[in-house]
Amino acid sequence: MRHSLLLPVIAATLFNSNWVFADSEAETIKQQLETIQKEYGQAIEDLENRLLETEQNVRQTNTHAGQNSFNPAISIILDGRYSGFGNDLEGYELPGFALGGEAGLAEKGFSVGHSELVISTNVDDKFFGKITLAFDDHDGETEAELEEAFIQTLGLGNGLTITAGRFFSQVGYLNQQHEHQWDFADAPLIYRGLFGDQLIDDGVQMTWIAPTELFLQLGTELFSGSRFPAGGRTNGVGAWTVFADIGGDIGIEHSWQLGVSHWQANNVEERAGESHADDGGEAETPSFNGESEINALDLVYKWAPNGNPSHRNVRFQFEYFERKEQGDVVILGSGLPFEMTRFDGHQKGGYAQTVYKFQRQWQTGFRYDRLASQNRGSDADVLAEAGLDNEGHAPQRYSVTLEWLPSEFSRLRLQYNRDESSEETDDQIFLQYTMSLGSHGAHQF
Amino acid sequence: MIFHRRIRKCWPGVLLLLLCSNAVHAQLNVFACEPEWAALTEALGGDAVKVYSATSAEQDPHHIQARPSLIAKVRRADLLVCTGADLEVGWLPLLLRKSGNGDIQANQPGFFMAADQVSLLEAPAVLDRSLGDIHAAGNPHIHLDPYRLQQIAIALAATLGKVDPTNNDLYQANLGRFTHEWRQAITRWEMQAEALRGRRIVVSHNNWVYLEQWLGLERAAVLEAKPGVAPSSRHLAQLLVQLKLSPADMILNANYQNDQSARWLAQKTGLPIASLPFSVADEETLIQWFDRLLSQLLSADS
Repeated sequence: MRHSLLLPVIAATLFNSNWVFADSEAETIKQQLETIQKEYGQAIEDLENRLLETEQNVRQTNTHAGQNSFNPAISIILDGRYSGFGNDLEGYELPGFALGGEAGLAEKGFSVGHSELVISTNVDDKFFGKITLAFDDHDGETEAELEEAFIQTLGLGNGLTITAGRFFSQVGYLNQQHEHQWDFADAPLIYRGLFGDQLIDDGVQMTWIAPTELFLQLGTELFSGSRFPAGGRTNGVGAWTVFADIGGDIGIEHSWQLGVSHWQANNVEERAGESHADDGGEAETPSFNGESEINALDLVYKWAPNGNPSHRNVRFQFEYFERKEQGDVVILGSGLPFEMTRFDGHQKGGYAQTVYKFQRQWQTGFRYDRLASQNRGSDADVLAEAGLDNEGHAPQRYSVTLEWLPSEFSRLRLQYNRDESSEETDDQIFLQYTMSLGSHGAHQF
Repeated sequence: MIFHRRIRKCWPGVLLLLLCSNAVHAQLNVFACEPEWAALTEALGGDAVKVYSATSAEQDPHHIQARPSLIAKVRRADLLVCTGADLEVGWLPLLLRKSGNGDIQANQPGFFMAADQVSLLEAPAVLDRSLGDIHAAGNPHIHLDPYRLQQIAIALAATLGKVDPTNNDLYQANLGRFTHEWRQAITRWEMQAEALRGRRIVVSHNNWVYLEQWLGLERAAVLEAKPGVAPSSRHLAQLLVQLKLSPADMILNANYQNDQSARWLAQKTGLPIASLPFSVADEETLIQWFDRLLSQLLSADS
């Protein structure tokens, strides 16, 4: 009863007070208004005069924008390195993982690493477009590769974004980052083992951001599946993914993001692994046919004192992947009859890394990689020949870096790896520069 | 005791009332990149707007990460109020692209850049990265000039009215009140700061140019040889010689900036450091902030 009375009472009190004070208040308000109008008018006049002055300047600066202003933003990434390895490059292997794509080690000695030419701009008010050409050296020949070429909707509404073309898949966390953004000179072992360093494919992607306080993103991708690790013929939709990310801040200094993702290719045809020639004979290439699926978990946490990452910050990153495959593996080039085995693959692994920027121009990082596999096949010899036998070894690697960052656009990196990819432990040293020329866009979280 | 209990029982009713009023007048969601624009939008929007500031006065707006929390905020924004002039170039474009929000994209009414409303000082004639972290359009730290801020207020009130036409009258009325108070405050500040005219200052980063121009301060030196690049010891040594020949009156440092070099110089020269709030603190109005800024500047001078 008391509750139901309360509202009318409040309302009545409010109205009554208005009536009582109406007359005298109206007078004072009128007076106030008049004074405000007077002073306001004068203020406007003053400001108009100032405006006239400043508008001249604005016009001048606006006319500065010449014909070039519609040209897209162009940036160039220059990357070069000196690499030192103890072991023989050709012998590099990850037992239990058939390497493909760009997997493998950099050239020994001096080499120009992964240089990029990036051109991007808003096409119009509806679309954004970007193209990335990557230049890599393979066996003494420079190859230009179309790394990215996509269009993306701008402000489609309701949190939706659609991307089409060739782009980095949003599976995992590191996969969306360009090589020059990595905190280490080489990809984590699990990326090397599963994706040949990075998962890029042609297709469409749709993401949706929920209208919530907490960051929640859901997305899916449909790919042609023509590139490693789907690695087969284009046959409609060859591979697809789904992913979800949540993230937020804890206070002003801490931020985090947690993601899960799934990649699947139901009909992989002739995915070629690394070919190798035995005893000077013909090159033999293991080839996988069947179905493949990957599940991934990623976690990122960042700390910046007072929310200012430019002077000091800590970044922690962890990712875990698991791949299950069923089908068969054929050794191509092995002569008739083909060597072949049923294949029931189970490969997993991940890495954890921490980077600490302790001064405006200096940062250091530590990374630990670990992989494991339990692959089964009907013919153990063929499995071993294809590099899918784990040889009783779980690959692991420790990496440390020290980086000097003279500005946002340049970086010098010294990295040491203790690489236990295979049973022969390898000490690896990288001295690398990465420079970013021209307009350089924002980096993702 | 009985009275106390009754009040407690009233709470659900009051809450309900608040909730209902919220549901009827949906507030405009405003994403402000810096606290000064959050404060201005609050002054003009009053209860009709709900403002979120992406940064605090302690954060350097040049270097913010496009964090997931910010993407979630931009996703729900009806209006974006930022500085522009490439100040937020390292993070805002990415937030816009990721948000999937059509209302606040460039060239939409919900995309408000303060720097587009006024003229900028110090537009560089030559664009070269060897000159440091320069802004092609000019110095973007315009909120330190109260006259420019007034111009921006007028434009922002118009934008609020465009995005939310039903409350247009309210925004214009609030603009009237703001202008009235602001004008009085400017008169007061200019009287107070008369003593500062002609003072020679050393600044850490070249972000005080609009304040210098307004108050007639003279910039004797900049600690950073190039904007955004930490000063080298050689540059600092040169500064020391230069300041011996033509002395300055004080060192200005924004409170978000590392004051290591400023303190070093203060120790060597005996100059006072004014560690000034670069923007509005939480729960503070623009007038209160300028008051605080000026009183700290004056106390460093005396």
